[in-house]
Amino acid sequence: MSEAQGCGAPAGGAAVPATAAGEAIIEGHVRRAGTPLSVGYARLLNDGGEFVAEVPLGQDGGFRFFAAPGSWTVRVLVPGGASADQTVTAGYGQRAALEVSV
Amino acid sequence: MSRSDVLVDADWVEAHLDDPGVVLVEVDEDTSAYDKGHIRNAVKLDWKKDLQDPVRRDFVDRRGFEQLLSERGISNDDTVVLYGGNNNWFAAYAYWYFKLYGHRSVKLLDGGRKKWELESREMVTAVPERARTSYQATVQDSSLRAMRDEVIAAIGKQNLVDVRSPDEFTGKLLAPAHLPQEQAQRAGHIPTAKNVPWSKAANDDGTFKTDDDLRTLYQGDAGLDFGKDTIAYCRIGERSAHTWFVLHELLGLPRVKNYDGSWTEYGSLVGVPIELGEAR
Repeated sequence: MSEAQGCGAPAGGAAVPATAAGEAIIEGHVRRAGTPLSVGYARLLNDGGEFVAEVPLGQDGGFRFFAAPGSWTVRVLVPGGASADQTVTAGYGQRAALEVSV
Repeated sequence: MSRSDVLVDADWVEAHLDDPGVVLVEVDEDTSAYDKGHIRNAVKLDWKKDLQDPVRRDFVDRRGFEQLLSERGISNDDTVVLYGGNNNWFAAYAYWYFKLYGHRSVKLLDGGRKKWELESREMVTAVPERARTSYQATVQDSSLRAMRDEVIAAIGKQNLVDVRSPDEFTGKLLAPAHLPQEQAQRAGHIPTAKNVPWSKAANDDGTFKTDDDLRTLYQGDAGLDFGKDTIAYCRIGERSAHTWFVLHELLGLPRVKNYDGSWTEYGSLVGVPIELGEAR
């Protein structure tokens, strides 16, 4: 990355370019009845259930995290309060893709 | 100072967003968020372009802050209500700036943009027009900001609160998990720091926990000595502004500083002590 980023969310959830080498990527899309949800948040929890990161969903309902090898949980917050937890395993150089329906 | 002096809820904002003496200000890292929709009458601050020095690593100086607020049409007598994404991280960071430069009346919208969105409240794209003002800032209040030498001197003596996630604290990750992990600096934490992730101070919807819960979290669970001075840090200083807000503004601790150099500075210093793994 050429410029320092903050701790906050990258623009538009999954819009950050993903350079997979050396990264353990967890990404996915959130849909309601097949339609992408662009208003909502994806939250990453570690294997102890602790909050690690949160990003707003992109226009296509997408999100992406750069994690480390191990087991992680993704929780989605959307208007109406619906949330869904999914557990995923990440590894360096791998891309774990999730489809979340709410 | 009480919670109602520094925090307002969404109903309050809806009731006051047309008041002439109230200015809503959205601050996001994702600066396109405002353009897609914001609370009516809110103006925008860009945490990087507006609040950082464009050349050296520091934030906007007194004159720059005066020019910024004058150009946005904010006057010294206005009540400024800040909100933003990411559970108000950058709004809390901007709040800290307003306090550093002596603004009298500044508040956070509890829950920030996220709660507003999740409650499906009104968002607009119209940008308000505000007449230019002549804003006057005070000299930066150094009692709110920690620099690296005093952080090193505070090891083992003051409360050091590392508000990053447990995986950043122990050295498993170098950055938050939504950012690429390629930073070159060392991983770990400042010796004797307690790890109290900022997220423990917030509910899922981004609102702050109750004062009693917050006191239990920092004093009971983490073992902070509230009689000592406290320095909070994270990676670049905005998550720790969130914790600074909790400790200084909500709980009323008198001597709390935010170390905005944070881990990106400390983890790159030559020769300073670093601890890996769990807190000792």
